Amino acid sequence: MAAIEMNHIVKRYGDGYPAVNDVSLDIADGEFMILVGPSGCGKSTLLRMIVGLEDITSGDMVIGGTRVNDKAPRERNLSMVFQNYALYPHLTVYENIAFPLRLAKVPDAEVRAKVEQSASILELHEHLQRKPANLSGGQRQRVAMGRAIVRDADAFLFDEPLSNLDAKLRGQMRAEIARLQRRLGITTVYVTHDQTEAMTLGDRVCVLRKGVVQQVASPRELYEQPANLFVAGFIGSPPMNFLPASAANGKLDTPFGPITLDESRAARVGDRDLVLVGVRPEMFEDASLVDEALLDRGARFSAQVDVTEWLGDSQYAYLPYESSPEAAAKLKELARELDGDQLRTQAIVSIDSASRIREGSEAEFWFDTRRIHVFDPQSGENLTRDEAAGAELTRQAGEDRRAQVERARARATVSA
Amino acid sequence: MSTREKVGWGVGGLLIVAYCLFPIAWIVSLSFKSSSDISNGSFLPTVATNENYAQILTGDAAELFLPALRNSFGICLIATAIACLLAMFAAYAIARLDFPGKKLILSTALAVAIFPVISIVTPLFNLWREIGLYDTWLGLILPYLSLTLPISIWTLSAFFREIPWEMEQAAQVDGATPWQAFRKVIVPLAAPGVFTTAIIAFFLAWNDFVYGISLTSTSASRPVPAALGLFTGASQFESPTGPIAAAAVLVTIPVVVLVLIFQRRIVAGLTNGAVKG
Repeated sequence: MAAIEMNHIVKRYGDGYPAVNDVSLDIADGEFMILVGPSGCGKSTLLRMIVGLEDITSGDMVIGGTRVNDKAPRERNLSMVFQNYALYPHLTVYENIAFPLRLAKVPDAEVRAKVEQSASILELHEHLQRKPANLSGGQRQRVAMGRAIVRDADAFLFDEPLSNLDAKLRGQMRAEIARLQRRLGITTVYVTHDQTEAMTLGDRVCVLRKGVVQQVASPRELYEQPANLFVAGFIGSPPMNFLPASAANGKLDTPFGPITLDESRAARVGDRDLVLVGVRPEMFEDASLVDEALLDRGARFSAQVDVTEWLGDSQYAYLPYESSPEAAAKLKELARELDGDQLRTQAIVSIDSASRIREGSEAEFWFDTRRIHVFDPQSGENLTRDEAAGAELTRQAGEDRRAQVERARARATVSA
Repeated sequence: MSTREKVGWGVGGLLIVAYCLFPIAWIVSLSFKSSSDISNGSFLPTVATNENYAQILTGDAAELFLPALRNSFGICLIATAIACLLAMFAAYAIARLDFPGKKLILSTALAVAIFPVISIVTPLFNLWREIGLYDTWLGLILPYLSLTLPISIWTLSAFFREIPWEMEQAAQVDGATPWQAFRKVIVPLAAPGVFTTAIIAFFLAWNDFVYGISLTSTSASRPVPAALGLFTGASQFESPTGPIAAAAVLVTIPVVVLVLIFQRRIVAGLTNGAVKG
């Protein structure tokens, strides 16, 4: 087990394009760190630099107190699960898992004991004599994990390990990885573009954009106190709505009516011609279903409903609005950066599934103005970010995590 | 498919097979005809006889044919083995490494492969006589490498490119040196490719006639195709059609056997299950 430190890591390809640009990141011993971002943000490259499959252009990679920049992958004692598993097709499941031990010339009896142990953790016993070609996707995934856990590696690295599985299996394997990591308590770096994985698995999440770190924080802090427009738009599904507005005298003039900011926020925002107001879909509600006491803590407005989507447990409504060409262009650019495409300016709002609002009708909505964020469209900076509150969220997550690990270890000792 | 279509495809297939195999059937039939029967005007021999086989295995032609068979086997197997081994390293480098002159190597290999044999055989004949390689096994193995190496490099590098690179990276992360990754992961995965290449290379060497007839003079190194050309009839007015047919049949057998043996190894899709499915 070891901590991983990255100091000003840069990866520049032959054409001078920096795939990873000045990344500094400390991953504590036993921590579960997620690298997340849209495609091409450099997350996989960063992971491959940790494991040694990619050269580091400049900066220091320190694992367990030793600088490993010039060490070959085999000297770094890390284990990795590849996106497409990379199982050895000519070997049985048993030999696949045993492969790292065979290379280390471990005696046969010990190999058997260790393979049996990992096989029982991953419930692979009945498949040990089969070839990878005869296994299902989920089983191959487990074999790849078995090969990773069989030796005492300093850290686990996962490169989008679940992206080839179907949705149901992905959910199961996600839980499996979380359980395994808690139980073994090994430093883990996990690359994904799936934000459900990022939010559920990580102790901390590092959001990357074009090779630059945007924010490193617990999932909750990323969600509640995003550092900038990019993080706010990337984390959350459906994504945060960005309403163009002008700010003057502590009031925001949005397409959905005026919003009054509290004093401290008003001071930080100041007077501006164009800001983007970030409102998460679940901050909205059908005004007729909102508790009386809450009504004056938010803003009411009426809007035309374009489409509604009823999902059983929740319901989404799409509210189109008019915006200035400048704001529309900015929103379009942001959407493209987030791997999406915005065809029209509209807000997605989440309303109670019991709501009787139907598409095509004019309806009354309410939204909670206490939790909105205001962004500067030029720099993308979050003007209303409360750093102290964010840090507190991450600190709490850290505490919860320590308690979880202790409980998991206690359970493991009892059962053993 | 309707019954009519099935019959149509069946008949069509049979026609093609008959068209392809007819010359071979003819040679087999010829090999069983006695010398007076060769021009009997019918496909089948009037009386089937094994006198041709007896002649090349134990009779007059045996001293020409049997050493040639031994030479052919030895020379072709050695040439194939060397070509496969060298091509494996070359192809691996071409598929995996980035080095200057990679394109040059591939195009040179291609150029060598399409260079007409007949144009270099005369200078080679002179050179070999000068340096004492004329009429030796090595004197044939070397030119055979020029036939077998290019095609081996090309086919093998295609095979190596098919093997996911992640396989090797996984091995390196698991603690393998580059050599161990090559030997324990890449070579087993490339085995079907190596066998295919070996068969192709062996055929090329086995079928060569020009080098065989030009660079040898005695049974010390003369291969079968050259020996066949030197068969003589019982008298100068008689052509040795029967013994040549019999020898041709015998020479074809090892090739067929080779394919049948290695066919099992050339299983498509051995890499199935390595990566996502």
